[in-house]
Amino acid sequence: MKSDALPLEYRAILKWVRQGSSVLDLGCGDGKLLDFLVREKKIRAQGIEIDEQAIYQCVTKGLSVFHEDIDHGLSGYGDKTFDYVILNQSLQQVKKPDVVVKEALRVGREVIIGFPNFAHYQARFQIFFKGKTPVTPSLPYEWHDTPNLHFLSISDFIEYCHWRDIKIKRSIFIGKNRAVKLFPNLFGMTGIFLVSNGKSAA
Amino acid sequence: MRVLSPMLKKIDEVTEVSQISQHAGPLGRNPDKNICESVGVVETNYFHFALPPNELTLENGEKLGPITVAYETYGELNDQRSNAILILHALSGDAHAAGFHEGDEKPGWWDDMIGPGKAFDTNKYFVICSNVLGGCKGSTGPSSVNPKTGKKYGLDFPIISISDIVNVQKGLIDSLKIDQLLSVAGGSMGGMQALEWLTAYPDKLKSAIVIATAVKHSPQQIAFHEVGRQAIMADPHWENGHYYGGLPPAKGLSVARMIGHITYMSEVSMAEKFGRRSGDEQPHKFSAGSEVEDYLSNRGNHFVKRFDANSYLYITRAIDSFDVSRGKNLYDVFKVVKAKVLVLAFKSDWLYPASQSLEIVRACKLAGIDTTYCEIDSTYGHDAFLLEVEEETHLVKYFLQRVSLDNGATGVHQALQYEI
Repeated sequence: MKSDALPLEYRAILKWVRQGSSVLDLGCGDGKLLDFLVREKKIRAQGIEIDEQAIYQCVTKGLSVFHEDIDHGLSGYGDKTFDYVILNQSLQQVKKPDVVVKEALRVGREVIIGFPNFAHYQARFQIFFKGKTPVTPSLPYEWHDTPNLHFLSISDFIEYCHWRDIKIKRSIFIGKNRAVKLFPNLFGMTGIFLVSNGKSAA
Repeated sequence: MRVLSPMLKKIDEVTEVSQISQHAGPLGRNPDKNICESVGVVETNYFHFALPPNELTLENGEKLGPITVAYETYGELNDQRSNAILILHALSGDAHAAGFHEGDEKPGWWDDMIGPGKAFDTNKYFVICSNVLGGCKGSTGPSSVNPKTGKKYGLDFPIISISDIVNVQKGLIDSLKIDQLLSVAGGSMGGMQALEWLTAYPDKLKSAIVIATAVKHSPQQIAFHEVGRQAIMADPHWENGHYYGGLPPAKGLSVARMIGHITYMSEVSMAEKFGRRSGDEQPHKFSAGSEVEDYLSNRGNHFVKRFDANSYLYITRAIDSFDVSRGKNLYDVFKVVKAKVLVLAFKSDWLYPASQSLEIVRACKLAGIDTTYCEIDSTYGHDAFLLEVEEETHLVKYFLQRVSLDNGATGVHQALQYEI
């Protein structure tokens, strides 16, 4: 596996995750991120994934994974079972994101959430000028075949965290090929946040 | 998109444990299945233990001995004695899990999964399978001779439990000088034995593969067994279990087996397999003319030739009274578990529904056990654990590979360089 084959957000997440920690990846897909973290940070990994074929790919990688949906998969865990719970590109696909975030914060000491930014300028442009549901590199689906159930922006998520007393510890915003520092809600295609319970200092 | 190519679905192969690979020839496999070789010709071995005065104390306090255990092994035990896997059979299974007995056309009951290059790869692992205590295929059971009387036990055989069955297996493993098993694996009643191994001997296994099973039987599951038991006991030839001098309770056992087969299939698999009977011949006046009637009748008649009715009573009773939690919180009971666990369920299995596997998974989560769970898409019902070979092979093979790596060989996961 070459490093350039990995999405930028993997590298951001890799920086945040401590060596030897325990990680639960909700909606882990084929297990690529978990496998990367196992190799690089020797984490104790557990995945939850609904797609049967993805389960086979996880098992091929030597990962432990539960064939379950995220909405129901968390209730079985005790408080603070994992150092990190990851929701990478899956929060917008669960039925009840508010419940899942709350449960993730109960089960994990810290939670890493990554999602496509609906307010990226390309999406805004398509809605404003074309009057159409946006299709962008981070939101690649047509309205009729998208697995996404919820559409949120980076600003929406930050506001949500304030409202829910969720502390944003770190964040990174990724544009087409690089991190975005300026006007993330306009230029960031993906937002990734490291959060925990408790009021944000900002 | 499917990662695995669709398994060759031979509905004709469905059904009886020992009939699963009926299309295979004596030296190879079904020519349609381009998979791996057989372990070849194998023999059953016999281990004797619990000799008086050192009889085995059973869960109910009674003592039993001497005990004979019929078992087979495939592959080679390595120098560290660390590559042994114990296969645990279901209700009507036996020690003959793989390969062919001299002169036989049909291979062992899980030959699709055990052999060179297969899920339980005999090039890598030393695979053991034994007939359960209470069985009728070489291990001590109600049809064995009671040394105290010189006659067959019949109902003088003590009531046994899954725990007793596992304790006898432990005796066999000790005799083979295996300190720790790499894995135990089984479906249905075999899965119950795997759960019992996990909790009774947590230091004695590195992993467990628990397929299509439950921590305890539901009233529905007990109900089907009870109807089978009543059918046997209602047979005039049963004679309170002491029928060994005369005719066996064949009709009763056959009905019991017919009920079993109904519960092992799904509505879809039955609909695919059975149509209306051709021809005018009716087995009895009230026959509805469905092939399912002939099928059940054939399965029942076939079963009585190879199985003992009293064993059926004793073993179904052991299954029905099994409760790995012993009335406690399952996750508390699981806290002793050190092994990695693979739990498998099948979508159309209504006898052991996925909800029962998820009960195991939930307890594993709370107990902090390293667990993988997959609900395999299948239309075969409970029979799927013997038929969904490709999916099971993939999951079992990679699961065992990982357990073997954790077993000593490290450095396989080399740190790769990534630019951050």
